[in-house]
Amino acid sequence: MNSPMTDPADKPRIAVHKFSSCDGCQLAFLNLGEALLQLNAQVEILHFLEAGMSDADAPVDIAFVEGSLSTPDELERIRQVRAHSRYLVTIGACATSGGLQALRNLDGSHDEWRDAIYARPEFIHTLKEVQPIAAEVKVDLELWGCPISSAQVLAAVRALLFGVVPVDDRDRVCLECKRQQAVCVMVTQGAPCMGPVTRTGCGALCPRFGRDCYGCYGPSETAQADTLARRFAGLGLLPDAIARRFLLINSQAPAFLHTGQVFYRSSTQDQPAGDQDD
Amino acid sequence: MTSRRIRIDVPALTRVEGEGSLRLEVRDGQLVELGLSIFEPPRYFEKFLEGREAKEVVDIVARICGICPVAYQMSALNALESLSAQMASPWVQQMRRVFYCGEWLQSHALHIHLLALPDFLGFDSAISMAGQHPDEVKRGLKLQGQGNALIRLFGGRSVHPVGARLGGFHHAPAPEEVAALVAKLQAAQQDARELTRFCAALPLPDDPQAFTCVALHHPDRYAIESGEIRTSTGLSLSADQFEQHFHETHKPDSTALWSDLDGQPYLTGPLARLNINHSQLPDFLQTRLSEIGLTLPSDNMFHSLIARALEIELVLHEAIRLLEEYEYPASPYTALSLEPGTGCGMSEAPRGLLWHRYELDKKGLIKSARIVPPTSQNQARIEADLHRSLTAFGLDHDEEALRLRAEQVIRNYDPCISCATHFLTLERVET
Repeated sequence: MNSPMTDPADKPRIAVHKFSSCDGCQLAFLNLGEALLQLNAQVEILHFLEAGMSDADAPVDIAFVEGSLSTPDELERIRQVRAHSRYLVTIGACATSGGLQALRNLDGSHDEWRDAIYARPEFIHTLKEVQPIAAEVKVDLELWGCPISSAQVLAAVRALLFGVVPVDDRDRVCLECKRQQAVCVMVTQGAPCMGPVTRTGCGALCPRFGRDCYGCYGPSETAQADTLARRFAGLGLLPDAIARRFLLINSQAPAFLHTGQVFYRSSTQDQPAGDQDD
Repeated sequence: MTSRRIRIDVPALTRVEGEGSLRLEVRDGQLVELGLSIFEPPRYFEKFLEGREAKEVVDIVARICGICPVAYQMSALNALESLSAQMASPWVQQMRRVFYCGEWLQSHALHIHLLALPDFLGFDSAISMAGQHPDEVKRGLKLQGQGNALIRLFGGRSVHPVGARLGGFHHAPAPEEVAALVAKLQAAQQDARELTRFCAALPLPDDPQAFTCVALHHPDRYAIESGEIRTSTGLSLSADQFEQHFHETHKPDSTALWSDLDGQPYLTGPLARLNINHSQLPDFLQTRLSEIGLTLPSDNMFHSLIARALEIELVLHEAIRLLEEYEYPASPYTALSLEPGTGCGMSEAPRGLLWHRYELDKKGLIKSARIVPPTSQNQARIEADLHRSLTAFGLDHDEEALRLRAEQVIRNYDPCISCATHFLTLERVET
């Protein structure tokens, strides 16, 4: 990633693809306001269904991918996106870690859930497990967050346009919270804040609003999830409540998954935490 | 007779939220098959809500839809809080309305400018439209931005806001922050007024048809964040009575469930709301109705575009009215205790009625959940409309004209297929 991606005379081409998702991360583009029109002056947007551009197979310099993989068709589609893209950037928790819907991976109950909701389950074609994009194809850059912000998208576009490696800020929400001089909700309210193990990027939004972070940006660098889980136990949370803190929006991110599963099992099987064969 | 077979294969319908497919078959000039399929890879929200704490629900259901997270949060809170003997404070009730006004403003402005207007002005996208209509596009994006700012005031961010909680909000904005935003909203009123006039002046098709309207109605105000169901067939229903009259069925080739009202398709959304509640519009909007010559109730689905513009004016007015009297509260929430049981609640999402039901166990965990989003309610209506509108339009039109008309008809409903996910492919088979 050390040379500009295209001849400067040509506008770089980008695409925005949607997989299983809520459409919220695409709004990082659609909520840009006039900056959306300026972005369009700098790049050529070839595929972005919600915005009106439809050319899924066009070769592009950057493909932004929202959503997780949850159907056989989506597996095939992401391979095509990869084949047509120079850089593939995942946007948001679904694409990067499987997202909230990956909660169905936890106890392998997909078939049971499907049959409970749909009268004609034979027409529902879904994978047993929800997967992040990187489970199927190479990902060049991951933008974490549920949702990502417009600032993250613009920073990534600019860095890639200039041929530099985008800054991957894996610092903790906790440190951002201190810089913002917000009052610590764990210290003052005993709230089970995920800030000490969650990646920054939101601007410490939850603690600044007087509530506990719920980990929507995924694990930070060197996330000490087990240590924080023990702290939660010290605050009086039972094992199932601790498991729920880690098993939410980024349940499949390894740092959260491991800690969450230990407490999840201990609550469902009535066995002491950690006393399991992994 | 010569047999011919023509197939239109559009890889994806653009400018809707999500992906779906449409199959048309024309034989001897007759529409013999029409199927709207929605392929939302199911995300099973109702199942993984089970076993979660009541207080977690607002942060989870927001993720059903990036475009209308506030609606999901408010319907969930209405349902859960019905299990408490206490009520949220009047301050909370008013500020929830303001918060919700932000979402209507954002979503309607996005729909009109980025999704619908390119159809009427002859462009593929708002971005290409901006070349010839820069002022209109910028005005729209600015209104959308004001809606987002209003959501951020109470939610911290406009997509999946973090401010809502059981009993109220985690945080009350500072009065100076509120005053600064009110000034911006007041400035936006001129833009909104011009937008309504602009939409009303468009050459919208005159396409009358009969349909049943369903909307919330509140005795004191234009229903947004709360109310009871009113139908144009004369029903008046509480949230608890919803399941007695509204049913969902699962059709093959679709991952969305289809709703009916006592066996019949119905409309929910901006035009249904205006048709049912127009007498509650403030005076300046009654004047606007006469000025633009719109008679309500309207039986032309293309008036949905104007309905959204009018509702933009309405929510700006409402937000300003409520925020001008803003007082910093003693507490932004009431600590509610919830009783075990089943709670139903609803509100008017930008796209229409959004109904939730939760069963809460003795430990305070969700035992079961059921969510009926507006788009699945409108699906049967969309299909009935397509059938009638395309036939009225003329099946002898060329493929491009038919496809455009079909897409316009579908966009009138602003389907939010990401309350699922979709891929709309038009297949027209003539034999």
